[in-house]
Amino acid sequence: MLCCDAGLSYGGCGPPSPPPHPRMTTRLLQRVLHLIPVLLGTALVVFAMTSATPGDPVQIMLGDQRATPEQIAALRHDMGLDLPLAERFISFVWRALQGDFGRSFFHRRPVLDVIADRLPATIELTLAAAVLALAIGIPLGLLAGVRRGRAADRAASISALVGVSMPGFWLGLLLMLLFSVTLHWFPVSGRTGYGDEPVPITHLLLIDSLLAGRPAALAEALRHLALPAITLALPMAAVLMRVTRAAVIDVLRADYVLFAESKGLSRRRVLLLHVLKNALAPAVSVAALEIGALLGGNMIVETIFAWPGVGRLVVEAIFARNYPLVQAAVLLYAVVFVLLNSLADVLYGVLNPRIAA
Amino acid sequence: MSASLAVHDASPSALGLRRFVADRTSLCCAVIVLLAGLAAVFAPAIAPHDPADADLLRRLQPPVWQAGGEFAYPLGCDGLGRDILSRLIFGARVSLGVGFGVVLVSSVIGTLLGMFSGFARGGIDAVVSRVADVLLGFPYLVFAIGLMGMMGPGLGNIVITLVLKEWVVAFRVARGETLGAREQDYVEAARALGCPSWRIMCGEILPNILSPVLVVATIRMAHVIIMESSLSFLGLGVQPPSVSWGGMVADGREFLAEGWWVATLPGLAILVVVLAINLASQGAREAFDPRLHR
Repeated sequence: MLCCDAGLSYGGCGPPSPPPHPRMTTRLLQRVLHLIPVLLGTALVVFAMTSATPGDPVQIMLGDQRATPEQIAALRHDMGLDLPLAERFISFVWRALQGDFGRSFFHRRPVLDVIADRLPATIELTLAAAVLALAIGIPLGLLAGVRRGRAADRAASISALVGVSMPGFWLGLLLMLLFSVTLHWFPVSGRTGYGDEPVPITHLLLIDSLLAGRPAALAEALRHLALPAITLALPMAAVLMRVTRAAVIDVLRADYVLFAESKGLSRRRVLLLHVLKNALAPAVSVAALEIGALLGGNMIVETIFAWPGVGRLVVEAIFARNYPLVQAAVLLYAVVFVLLNSLADVLYGVLNPRIAA
Repeated sequence: MSASLAVHDASPSALGLRRFVADRTSLCCAVIVLLAGLAAVFAPAIAPHDPADADLLRRLQPPVWQAGGEFAYPLGCDGLGRDILSRLIFGARVSLGVGFGVVLVSSVIGTLLGMFSGFARGGIDAVVSRVADVLLGFPYLVFAIGLMGMMGPGLGNIVITLVLKEWVVAFRVARGETLGAREQDYVEAARALGCPSWRIMCGEILPNILSPVLVVATIRMAHVIIMESSLSFLGLGVQPPSVSWGGMVADGREFLAEGWWVATLPGLAILVVVLAINLASQGAREAFDPRLHR
């Protein structure tokens, strides 16, 4: 319940609570049913955010262009702004379900198309950060938990505390200062070098470079990806490390581990067979939650490293007062986050036999 | 009176305070937070210069320990020749003020709502809990950036945005604790004596749920400070001439190569204060949790 116990850095909820019904299908069905009001509520909050916008959306859209009152009234009618709030909300949800979020004021294209163009960059960055965070956080957490109280544990715990206390934007700038500005190892910004783009197939540069068999393009994409991915990954790794450490300490105290040890199983076997498997449940479900939190973090990281993803697009859209785009992106982020929350719950059940049994 | 007797006579909170003070790390961290708070409150008296006073002749003047630095400007100057130390001291007002203010307001709202929901249950509980669920459905920064983007930058809007997201934490803690407390004998006894609900809530439940709420509030303050600085870094926070640490880091971005100190020092201030709050609250939780000291 105390979400902060797990050290969640972006304010997600705590480790998912065990649901009352043990059967998997019932659990899944329950989750889906629970999702509907939450998603509707999410849409309502995003809709209400737009109502908090100071000024008239029509005036904002027209900018400096002059228009007669009749033209303004016609535009208001076209945008549905003359309808009562409840009708506007229903129409907003209906159109959102069909993928229609209106047109981006700035790009003069459907909002969803603009977001779709930028999505692969964000997916690539988020996945890279998540893999990196898992690769750092879980082994370190295991090590710290198994060697509780020793130097390795203390070093890992202090690093994790610094990791969750460090503002992401500052970490990004420090890495940039050290590795780009001073050492010139990595580029300061962008997704790849000029002329290094592989033919787009999946639109994920790492995979496309591999598919095209161009190692130079792959290396260039990796060099560009490294600093943003590390910046995004380290706070998540810190959280994962703390959760895994706590879980390992818990499991090591459990009766079945004592029993396994008293049976004469080797330490390595006990760790691999019992501790790792049981300690992974909370770590993996927190990882799913944290990937959701990365979505918020990537707005900052993409802005710092000029990464051409959705996060940077949203920040640019805010300053360009391109509200339909902000609205659609916030809704998209929230829906993905809600789905990841549910996934975390389900994963927790799958990985924790005491709940799934 | 012997020391052991004194310990037995002490109240749980006095014992907790003693344990907290005995832990050097927690005490040091609490002192750091206190000093930062005092610097924020007395900023006009302490700051050596006017934080908005630009002097282009001192543009990117390095800190005192580097060649070209001087004691009058110990942490150097920024791209407009403004004293960084003075700006850090004034920036503490926004960062710590928003951190403290948001946590205070959201803890009061969240605790009252949580206590009421947990005690009354029924329709009100269902509605407020669903609202909390929906708000939890937003990644923190996405919600904050989205709402700030819609409402526009400014101190008032930051506080509103962060309170709107933050009360849920206190609500969930208070509700959970109240659900446990309402089944306790002392609440049953008060009910049997005919105490009205509001009196049971204020007189019996509130004092018993306050400790976990306070511990969570201190931890959340660290989080709110990072959120505020992130929003200010993006340009969605307080606007010039007000100073905030996140905004100072953003100012330093363009001078990374020529003046590393402009972006680095305000970030270090955030890290030190947030780390100190985290460690102090961790120490407080351990010192005041009776379950750990049986």
